[in-house]
Amino acid sequence: MSANLTSGLGRRKSPRVGDGPLFRRALIGTVLVIGAFLILAPLIVIGFEAFKQGWKTYSATIANPDTRHAILLTVVTALIAVPVNTVFGVAAAWAITKFDFRGKRFLLVLIEIPFSVSPIVAGVAYLFVYGLQGIFGPYFDAHDIKILFALPGIILASMFVTAPFVARELIPLMQSQGRDLEEAATSLGASGWRTFFSVTLPNIKWALLYGVVLCNARVMGEFGAVSVVSGNIRGQTNTLPLHIELLYHDYQTAGAFASASILAIIAVFTIIAKVALERQGAGRTRKTVPRPALAANPAEKSS
Amino acid sequence: MKRNVLPGLRLSLGVTLFYVGLIVVLPIAALVFKAASLGPEDYWRIVSSARAVASYRVTVLSALGATLFNLFFGLALAWVLTRYRFPGWRIVDAMVDLPFALPTAVAGIALTALFANNGWFGSVLSDLGIKVAYTPLGIMIAMCFTSLPFIVRTVQPVLEDIDPALEEAAQSLGGSDWEIFRKVILPLLTPALLAGTSLSFARSLGEFGAIIFIAGNQPMSTEITALLVFIRLEEYDYQAAAAIASVLLLTAFVMLAVTNTLQARALRYTVRS
Repeated sequence: MSANLTSGLGRRKSPRVGDGPLFRRALIGTVLVIGAFLILAPLIVIGFEAFKQGWKTYSATIANPDTRHAILLTVVTALIAVPVNTVFGVAAAWAITKFDFRGKRFLLVLIEIPFSVSPIVAGVAYLFVYGLQGIFGPYFDAHDIKILFALPGIILASMFVTAPFVARELIPLMQSQGRDLEEAATSLGASGWRTFFSVTLPNIKWALLYGVVLCNARVMGEFGAVSVVSGNIRGQTNTLPLHIELLYHDYQTAGAFASASILAIIAVFTIIAKVALERQGAGRTRKTVPRPALAANPAEKSS
Repeated sequence: MKRNVLPGLRLSLGVTLFYVGLIVVLPIAALVFKAASLGPEDYWRIVSSARAVASYRVTVLSALGATLFNLFFGLALAWVLTRYRFPGWRIVDAMVDLPFALPTAVAGIALTALFANNGWFGSVLSDLGIKVAYTPLGIMIAMCFTSLPFIVRTVQPVLEDIDPALEEAAQSLGGSDWEIFRKVILPLLTPALLAGTSLSFARSLGEFGAIIFIAGNQPMSTEITALLVFIRLEEYDYQAAAAIASVLLLTAFVMLAVTNTLQARALRYTVRS
């Protein structure tokens, strides 16, 4: 290599920029120390605070009916919001990558909006649709249908904040895969559903699962948007993150951290699943080019 | 025109449009409608009130500080993760995503516990005379935490793709490491750095959960804009909530446009290299 060449000429050069042993060690050291303070320490302190008063307090908090109800509500929300978002993500990816139509770029921007909007703004926006001072609020109220400060509102707000998760994993991948396989399958007489399940799905399953995992983590952890629409009724409309806030402001620190530890464990498992799925190739299309869905020309890949 | 043989356009596009319309467009339109129904005078009075302006200031300044820190730390972290191999680098690489995976409320109480005056870091820092929790510094730390992965994950792939031959050529021309970094590597990274920075800044502007626990939430000094919206709602002042929320929404749209432009540019670079 040329590094050897230059050293042969009498100048010792590190093979690549920044590979000098001193610089390298100093940079790794600095980054690891700051990283430990900023990222690792919060995770450790959750476990520490949760078990500060012993295992008994911990299990008592988890066994508390309000905590149990919060866990149940969080799980139910995820069980509804995640599958619905998955169906939407697949449909959006199919429409956007397999067909050409006007306004495709605009549709992509619309799908991405929830990522840039503050969760509080999302919550307020839902209030003005389904709240009493909103567009449909009076109608639903007259028919005795409860949306806000009840489960439907929590689910809707969760769907808003996570709407792009599955779609943005699938769109770049399906774009890079093109349409040839599906076109071959349909020309051989396979139905649309058959084409999807036996041709498309096997090719996108890891990316799909990847999106579902990330979507689930966000649904279970969403705080701001849900906080606005749930009404924070203890034992009724408190999801786990809201329950944490309530306990924390009640000065039940150990209880708050015990509940937080459940979500922290879910977060750690999410990361493990993410790494495992990345080994299968998921998330890679997005990794090489940041969010190409918005920038790449979608028509380019069609044959 | 090319005839499309694939089935399912109606169904998939129908589902997509219905969902986007119901879940994304309808609420946003309702918010805009509500804010617009105020009339220009009332609207301006609310969004330019002293308390609102103070909240913009603390939000924007903290977000700038946090983004600046993340720009340097994120670049260093991405550099270490792509250029160096050391025991446990895979774990460090995976841990970078923790701020995305950890719910914001959990991050909020954890950071508060660390930086409160009796916390692990807070007790040391308060001996040095630095107060973090319940000050703008605390807001900044919460923003640093939640937006760090954006810069790392945007810069990392570009850094991985840089051709070693470029560095070798620069070295053979006698460039020092610092010169090569500044004149060869940094220009290649700039589009990705800018895109990551704008993503990180946008996220910091809208962050709520992680901040409210550590911020102290004093009006005029440590009250972020998102919290002010929330407070107006709790006071049943829906018009004020709509107006201030619309300011946040507008900022989000501006940041979305900036990010997309920067990313389109970042993409041009990656494709070319």
